[in-house]
Amino acid sequence: MKLKEIKEILNAEVLTGGEYLDREVHSAFGSDLMSDVLAFVDDGTILLTGLTNPQVIRTAEMIDLFAIIFVRGKKPGEDILKLARNNKCTILKTDHILFTASGLLYKSGLRGVKIEGAKIND
Amino acid sequence: MTKDSNSMKLNYDVDSNDFTRAGEASSNIKKILKQLGVASKVIRKVSIATYEAEMNIAIHSYGGKINVEITPKEVQIVVKDNGPGIKDVNLAMKEGYSTATERIRELGFGAGMGLPNIKKCADVFELKSEEGKGTKVFIKIFLN
Ligand SMILES: Nc1ncnc2c1ncn2[C@@H]1O[C@H](COP(=O)(O)OP(=O)(O)OP(=O)(O)O)[C@@H](O)[C@H]1O
Ligand SMILES: [Mg+2]
Repeated sequence: MKLKEIKEILNAEVLTGGEYLDREVHSAFGSDLMSDVLAFVDDGTILLTGLTNPQVIRTAEMIDLFAIIFVRGKKPGEDILKLARNNKCTILKTDHILFTASGLLYKSGLRGVKIEGAKIND
Repeated sequence: MTKDSNSMKLNYDVDSNDFTRAGEASSNIKKILKQLGVASKVIRKVSIATYEAEMNIAIHSYGGKINVEITPKEVQIVVKDNGPGIKDVNLAMKEGYSTATERIRELGFGAGMGLPNIKKCADVFELKSEEGKGTKVFIKIFLN
């Protein structure tokens, strides 16, 4: 699924990185815990989160995430967007809560990241 | 940064509680490894390990240092802080164990996964800590 489809499905606003909307997304991860993101997320995965602080972008940078979706209408500050621009990271913002945003994407065929060793992967 | 023909050394100071700048050292280390053409799998491991260690200094310590040495064989990372140290190192290594405050959790940290994440990424890992003195994390990641 392309980033631009995700933008449509979530009725999202592009805050930065609109030039990369043709990038292909393989899976998604939703969390407000950065260590979990670092442990489980691969490139090609997008992150849905309600946290908007510079550490979210730093975390994304460490594992080469190219897109972050801020949920429940959270709008990050200009410092965060600047950091994202420097890392060629697309930032989308949706008014949906994390649960609804995830559900909408799942319904459209996007799946969660595969967790190694987990009994259930879906 | 110092450099001779066979190795490169990078040194960073990390301040306690500075959450705007925390992560800059790891970001810089990552950029340099990229410029050196290090394999992306290795860069990922080094990035996760240094970032978790850097955040631990910022969150849990009074401040500290990250020293990196890159050789043709490996990346060696030494992370040292000025205290307060860890009472029970075995407990600290357990997935899910965290003493992070509510304020830290609101920043997205405190899952108790940082040290286990570092260990998973490292080929050699040592954690030494003395209460009242400080904590030292020694990490080695081989280039191939
Ligand atoms: N440098 C340090 N100085 C003092 N205590 C530390 C240090 N690093 C870790 N600890 C202690 O070990 C615990 C576990 O650390 P770990 O990095 O695994 O988890 P965390 O930092 O609490 O959460 P996370 O890393 O998932 O955001 C911490 O909560 C803290 O009590
Ligand atoms: Mg930690």
